[in-house]
Amino acid sequence: MDIFVRVQAGPFDVGTEYAALRRDNTADGAAAMFVGSVRDFSSAREVQTLKLEHYPGMAERQLQEIASGAVARWKLGRVRILHRSGSLCAGEDIVFVGATAEHRQAALDACAYIMDFLKSRAPFWKKESGPGGEHWVQARASDTEALEKW
Amino acid sequence: MIRVLFFAALREQLQCAALEVQVPDPGTLAQLREHLSARGETWRRALEDGQLQVALNQCITRGDCALTSGDEVAFFPPVTGG
Repeated sequence: MDIFVRVQAGPFDVGTEYAALRRDNTADGAAAMFVGSVRDFSSAREVQTLKLEHYPGMAERQLQEIASGAVARWKLGRVRILHRSGSLCAGEDIVFVGATAEHRQAALDACAYIMDFLKSRAPFWKKESGPGGEHWVQARASDTEALEKW
Repeated sequence: MIRVLFFAALREQLQCAALEVQVPDPGTLAQLREHLSARGETWRRALEDGQLQVALNQCITRGDCALTSGDEVAFFPPVTGG
């Protein structure tokens, strides 16, 4: 079992992350992945730039804890979580979550679990800017409610 | 000394990202809040927000707790990552 988490300013490459999940990993037959990206419209406002602020140190710790929670719950091979910080444009990738397991259900469930907990627990904050000005994104009740199913 | 951090919209509202604060050692989070609220109306109102989260040494904490010199306390709005 192998957990890798990183917060980085620069972009990540989904192909590279997939390769890292699969390299020398013939025990696992399933790899599930999720990628979240910057949308160009949010609450009817056009978004050109997204600024991602984070709490250095705590962000990495929380991601590690969330990954550990998934590993405690399912038999997983590898887990990788990458989250960007800084300034991103519409269309850019924000977050990558990947998990491997012998079979698909554990890998798929672990990905969904990790994303649900990341949305509610990981200390990142989004600020959108566009023609309408700048605006901090508000947390959603639906994100907290999503935790209940786990 | 306690290191206090503020993030996101709260940081903008207070125009402050970080502070070093002298509180009794050992002290409490409640004492720290009082000390910060005494800085002015903006601080008092901002810290009264029931939605604010608090982390002590990078772990979320609820209610009151003990603080010792060298601790790091962070205040921030609900998170919106992912």
